[in-house]
Amino acid sequence: MNQELTPEEKEALKHVASKLEFYEEQRRNLIPILQMVQETLAYLPPEAIKLVAEHLAIFECEVYGVATFYNQFRFHPPGKHPIKACLGTACHVRGGDIILENFERKLGIHAGETTPDREFSIEKVACVGCCALAPVAIIDETVHGHMAPSKVEGLLMRIEIEKEMEERAKKKDESGQ
Amino acid sequence: MPKFLVDNKEIKAKQGTTLLKVCLDNQIYIPNLCYLEGIDPPSVSCRMCFVEIEGERQPVTSCTVFVKDDMVVKTDTPAVRQLQRTALRLLLSVHHVDCKNCQANKKCELQRMAKFLKVGLKPKGLGIYLREVEIDRSHPFLDYYPNRCVLCGKCVHVCREKNGQSALTFSKRGFDTVISFYGVRDLPTPECENCNVCIDICPVGALALKETQKEAVPNLQGEEDPNIA
Ligand code: SF4
Ligand code: SF4
Ligand code: FES
Ligand code: FES
Repeated sequence: MNQELTPEEKEALKHVASKLEFYEEQRRNLIPILQMVQETLAYLPPEAIKLVAEHLAIFECEVYGVATFYNQFRFHPPGKHPIKACLGTACHVRGGDIILENFERKLGIHAGETTPDREFSIEKVACVGCCALAPVAIIDETVHGHMAPSKVEGLLMRIEIEKEMEERAKKKDESGQ
Repeated sequence: MPKFLVDNKEIKAKQGTTLLKVCLDNQIYIPNLCYLEGIDPPSVSCRMCFVEIEGERQPVTSCTVFVKDDMVVKTDTPAVRQLQRTALRLLLSVHHVDCKNCQANKKCELQRMAKFLKVGLKPKGLGIYLREVEIDRSHPFLDYYPNRCVLCGKCVHVCREKNGQSALTFSKRGFDTVISFYGVRDLPTPECENCNVCIDICPVGALALKETQKEAVPNLQGEEDPNIA
């Protein structure tokens, strides 16, 4: 499920390449470099991992091994609608993992991944601070408390419908001009 | 040359040798998975090689102890065996035991330890937790079986020794830790075809040559690691 870089990302990648020059070719710079890449690109695409490996003269797998160890690095672009499934203690005991699984199944991706059309991405998070509403999922910026497996489909559908309505409105606008 | 006792047997060995190596060299078997001469510092990750040494409060890992004069070592105490059995059971609880179909059958270190410690290969009482990916086929010449890997790290070490850098790495962490060949298709000279040191060192059957070279996929650049999450 390797995704093409968007034109903006290709630009950002060039940016990364020029910023790399400021980092000495030393292994201890690996993590700061990865942080810089993610700040610039929002994730670590294979193209960037390759650049970093070349810059430090180490194998790509070493970069990958270090990066996958840390939670802060992501390997897929954030989706337009990021979904955060809470697996903190309270949400966990109230079945947060089942909610997560439902999102995963409905969208056909795993936590940490993004749908091919880049509409949705799923992430696991640990406690978002409203345990009383457990289990909790956050879609875009909206907190959805007391989640149930049966609500998952509805929430996703709503986003789809909103998108369709927006598109229709846009078309109307265009034809109206 | 230090002189000392292991299981009431008098042994002499060169200064600076690890207790584990000396015992193995003297036909005293201590279960072990991650020890390999030359890995410095030792990884001490398998927690199998425990012994008791007089004067120590608790069992210690013999791969980290250097031999000393007048040491009194016991390799077969109840405390040692309990630790080893628990460690082995935990390893087996994340292992897909299917020896009949495994290339390591009969030369597998897990089988040897299980027999030695009298632990069944399918111990009861613990849940089985397997990784989703049964075979990682992303390498052009090798296949990797995450559910057989004991994460001893020997393959990573020998590859680095031979090639200067390792084409294999640990990736992810916790239960999800696996060996990954990320980027191996981009390497300038993939020597893997004629090397195989990683396969040979693997104490279990987690690394294998692809059965036919037909299976070998030509340079699919950037093909994704199936384990990525
Ligand atoms: S690695 Fe060893 S224990 Fe596991 S299936 Fe193969 S032979 Fe059996
Ligand atoms: S593949 Fe084999 S040698 Fe490598 S870490 Fe796993 S068990 Fe050890
Ligand atoms: S555990 Fe989910 S909000 Fe606190
Ligand atoms: S051999 Fe000593 S901890 Fe693995």
